[in-house]
Amino acid sequence: MKYIGTIIIMLAVFAGLNFFPVYASPVSAEDKEIEVMDFDTFSPRLEMDNDSVYVINFWATWCAPCVRELPAFEQLNETYSDRKVKVILVSLDNPDLIDDRVIPFMERMDLQSEVLLLDDPNSNRWIPLVSEEWSGAIPATVIYSAGHRSFHEREFEFDELEEIVLPLIQ
Amino acid sequence: MKKVFLLLLIGIYSTGLFAQGYEVGDIATDFRLLNVDGNYVSMADYEDAKGIVLIFSCNHCPYVVAYEDRMIELHNTYAPKGFPVVAVNPNDSIAEPRDSYTKMIERAEEKNFPFDYLVDADQLIYPEYGATRTPHVYLLKKEGDQFRVAYIGAIDDNYRDASAVEEHFLANAIDALLAGEHPDPDYTRAIGCTIKVQD
Repeated sequence: MKYIGTIIIMLAVFAGLNFFPVYASPVSAEDKEIEVMDFDTFSPRLEMDNDSVYVINFWATWCAPCVRELPAFEQLNETYSDRKVKVILVSLDNPDLIDDRVIPFMERMDLQSEVLLLDDPNSNRWIPLVSEEWSGAIPATVIYSAGHRSFHEREFEFDELEEIVLPLIQ
Repeated sequence: MKKVFLLLLIGIYSTGLFAQGYEVGDIATDFRLLNVDGNYVSMADYEDAKGIVLIFSCNHCPYVVAYEDRMIELHNTYAPKGFPVVAVNPNDSIAEPRDSYTKMIERAEEKNFPFDYLVDADQLIYPEYGATRTPHVYLLKKEGDQFRVAYIGAIDDNYRDASAVEEHFLANAIDALLAGEHPDPDYTRAIGCTIKVQD
């Protein structure tokens, strides 16, 4: 019986030293992951044919206005989590910086929306496929649902996003 | 007849929406902007140039930083052929302190920029050109004492890795002008940093 106390203490020490996540534990709430893809893998997300509203935001950790508006997208995601609203945050960060910069940023901001990283340097090819209206500046956002598609090369506040999204929710 | 008029109106309205700033073929306005060396510079000062490689640029943007060495190389290659690079920082220095005039001087010295690096301090030039991001290139061809827009867009097709570039859009466009031809493509796009203005 006295061993149990020792084991618990040892477990606590190991956990404190961060041994545990490496070997055993299921992914905790703090472990963020990010899927990296090229444009052709990503592009079906721009054309989903169902009854959800898709809000796809292009951002990067180095882009100050993008970082400033992220909470608005997070709020949208949270507010309508039980409705058919899908927020996707598409990072355009350099994939070499995922471990040092993107993941720590996602953890610090505790991002709950789906995040993926678009790794496709030839943006001249794919920018017009996202929208003919897009010059390439970020932040930029595509909002679509059955019967609606709009593109926005601008910074959003929550109310402004909600105003566009709310009438589209089925 | 009414329908035609209506269509015409819609046409004008919709082009208006998309044609903020210059398109290829437009005459570009000259400017007088402060250079990092303390002097004011106009395009007209480049008397012997055949054109100007105008690049809206800045200090802080990672995409610009990725291209700085290529901008230097472009200038060193094409200035002797009559197409000098002229960089213009359109960002407001309060909205983005890293792009202040002082920081521009520091960056120009660090990188030993061989080209002029000007500040659009009143933020009047970039909207006229229609620049939306940094880096954003306007290749201008000199015609008499006017400058005509010949190419708008990106420097090349790979910001991340200069050695992996497949299409050197800007260099090809300058080569076309030097050969007396029109650039093809004359419009490309790239991801860049939004131009910073005060709220």
